[in-house]
Amino acid sequence: MTYRRRTSPLHAARAAAGCAYCAALALAALLLSGPLALGAVAVAVAAAGAAAGVGSDLGRAARLAIPLGLAIMVVNALVTRAGLTVIWRLGQLPILGQTDVTLEASVYGAVLGLRAVVLVLVGALYTAAVDPDEVLRLFQRVSFRSALTASLATRMVPILLRDSRRLAEAQRCRPGRPPSRLALMRAATSGVLDRALDVAAALEVRGYGRARAPARRRTPWSRQDLAFAAGAAGIAAAAVGARVAALAPLRAYPSLRAPVGLGEALVAGALLLAALAPFAARRGMER
Amino acid sequence: MALLELDRVGYSYPGGGRPALSEVSLTVEPGELVVLAGASGSGKSTLLRVANGLVPHFHGGTFFGTAEVAGMSTRRHGPGELARAVGTLFQDPESQVVMGTVRAELALPLENRGEPPAPVARAVEETALALGIAHLLDRPTAELSGGELQRVALGAALVGRPELILLDEPTSQLDPVCGDELLSLLRRLNDDTDAAILLAEHRLERCLAWADRVLALEEGRLVCDAPPGEFLAWALRHAPELATPGARLLAALGLDPEPGVKAARSALRRRRLLPPRADRGAGAPAGRGGAGGPARRGGAGGTARRGGAGPSVLRFERVWHELPAGRSILRALSLAVGPGERVALMGRNGAGKSTLLRHAAGLMRPTRGSVRREGRVALLLQNPTDYLIADRVAGEASPAAQRLVGLDPARLGERHPRDLSAGEKQRLAVAVVLGEDPAADGAPSVICLDEPTRGLDRGLKASLAELLRGLPAAVLVATHDPEFAAAFADRVVLLADGAMIADAPTGEVLAHGSYFATETARILGGAGDALTPSRGVETVLAAERQPEAVG
Repeated sequence: MTYRRRTSPLHAARAAAGCAYCAALALAALLLSGPLALGAVAVAVAAAGAAAGVGSDLGRAARLAIPLGLAIMVVNALVTRAGLTVIWRLGQLPILGQTDVTLEASVYGAVLGLRAVVLVLVGALYTAAVDPDEVLRLFQRVSFRSALTASLATRMVPILLRDSRRLAEAQRCRPGRPPSRLALMRAATSGVLDRALDVAAALEVRGYGRARAPARRRTPWSRQDLAFAAGAAGIAAAAVGARVAALAPLRAYPSLRAPVGLGEALVAGALLLAALAPFAARRGMER
Repeated sequence: MALLELDRVGYSYPGGGRPALSEVSLTVEPGELVVLAGASGSGKSTLLRVANGLVPHFHGGTFFGTAEVAGMSTRRHGPGELARAVGTLFQDPESQVVMGTVRAELALPLENRGEPPAPVARAVEETALALGIAHLLDRPTAELSGGELQRVALGAALVGRPELILLDEPTSQLDPVCGDELLSLLRRLNDDTDAAILLAEHRLERCLAWADRVLALEEGRLVCDAPPGEFLAWALRHAPELATPGARLLAALGLDPEPGVKAARSALRRRRLLPPRADRGAGAPAGRGGAGGPARRGGAGGTARRGGAGPSVLRFERVWHELPAGRSILRALSLAVGPGERVALMGRNGAGKSTLLRHAAGLMRPTRGSVRREGRVALLLQNPTDYLIADRVAGEASPAAQRLVGLDPARLGERHPRDLSAGEKQRLAVAVVLGEDPAADGAPSVICLDEPTRGLDRGLKASLAELLRGLPAAVLVATHDPEFAAAFADRVVLLADGAMIADAPTGEVLAHGSYFATETARILGGAGDALTPSRGVETVLAAERQPEAVG
């Protein structure tokens, strides 16, 4: 999964606005635990992915994230001893000892799992829709070399994947017994080092060794920049406000309490509105 | 004042044995186009790395003498400072493009200098327009082809308007079409600007015609510094492997060597030695043979056959390779390879050559059609280093296999495979795919090689061609190099967009093209289907015996 420029309001927004938008979604997922509010964040992320044209990227990320979420839920249900409503007595288990699965631990595990899934999806949305080169430019005034190193690491991933596929293919062409994993790992490591050396030499001759912080770039704020910056502010305000006002919290132990009232519905609605309204800013988004 | 001035420069890599450069003194003036010639390992890349400051600042090692670039001593100024005056393009496009989009890649060198955004944007735009890559500016670099990537890397080298442009075999990873386009682009840049160009290149026949000077290196020493014509005369006497096919053709006819097809044709015409061009209509499937040349048959005749009758060790029957929701890489391709046959597979990048070889070896399955193999099919992919994973040469291949490919197990057995020369690595990888005992039943009936000449010099290519002719199996080689194909193949299959557009004896296919033609064939206009200088001489002499036929 890599960034590819598409015709969508999120892709058209400057990297600062895109970063802020994704960061606000992640913040909301971390601050909110009520099922309605967290569900609203999940729906907002999925809908934002679809509206940005990167739904299939998010789908691929979800295929990895959902098993992770389920694993978190199961582990929490098995290891947490709190909760009053026993739904499954498993008896004496190796390592875990006496194990009773409670409704509270299961629900709380599901919330933790959902939060993990949402965070992975936000990461996927960021990777697919925010231009990494612009992010590099954004951070280069703070720490140019660190930003470039991070960007390079991202760029090296597909190259190294291609190299490893090539190595694996070459090994399939060898007759006789396949080589040991150790030998393969050694060969792969020296290949990676060769690649890194080539890239470092290329950077040197482009003047990276003498890199200076570039002059500030002043570009006018586009309709999309403003929309996503406002959306980010709206999401963050809704999440922080709900947290401060103790709206939409989930209390799992000792017994489950997940209020779903007008306040919680308002928080969920505000989150969805702030997250999806910026996608209405479609005028002038094509570069 | 000279743009580049080297005075008695010597250099040894850290831990290296013999010096990579010894007592090299030379100058390059503004606006000059200088070609750097020499065998693999002769010091061409090291010399370029001296000029951009990577030697000694990046590589370390021991450096003697003085090198000045645009008035800056490379002892005091590192690559970062020299980058203001020097642009560098390396061989492998994938390792030198580091940013996510083309626009960001072109902007990076100027941003490194701390240039304000407006001049950066303008320079990026102008460079992209000059190189014909403006349409790629917002494309992700991960999606570009090899040729496009190399243009982008050239753009990044040029965007800062360097006074000196260093190019290290920039076409070695490209097909002939992309390679020629890149060289034409460099020629135009050299004409339009005052930038000096120092170009290291193995395919001298492609670039000597428009060079001002040629510098030849041998084991790190500068052994020739002369205009192209004089260089060719020197090469014929002292380093025949550097002489172009055209130069060898003219020399064998008693003429002074001339760089380039046009000059060689003029020289032949002046002496009334130029045979008439072969009479071929566009799209004609086979040549009739020029003056003195043997008549050849195409299509189903001769050795060429499309899945025809007769014994075969490899047979493709209407093979399709269709990507899911994507294009077709192979389209109803039928092909048969007979026992012991040598076949060259040619076509531009993306024509389907590598995919065809993967199907031959069973690494891929056709989406339609079938591939039948008699016996084992060995496949050597593009990078021989990928096959070498043991600590010792002896651990990679049996002594019998090493001997078969011309390696000496007693001398090389204990060496680390990655320390071998490029040609030795190539041979060792061939030994690996041949198997433990190439003379026994497990020996492959077909050996496929994918672009085996990338980065090899003319001498290594000649010895590889000789090796392929001596292997006890049919050989199928995907190559962009018409000279190499002419040296080893009996038959050439030309692919375009996954379909076969020619399948005929080598002389017929390579004598009448422009990109897919040898230099001898281009000079003689395809007469006699002559591909090599020796056959060219036969053709010219035969035509001379028929005076009315000579132009």
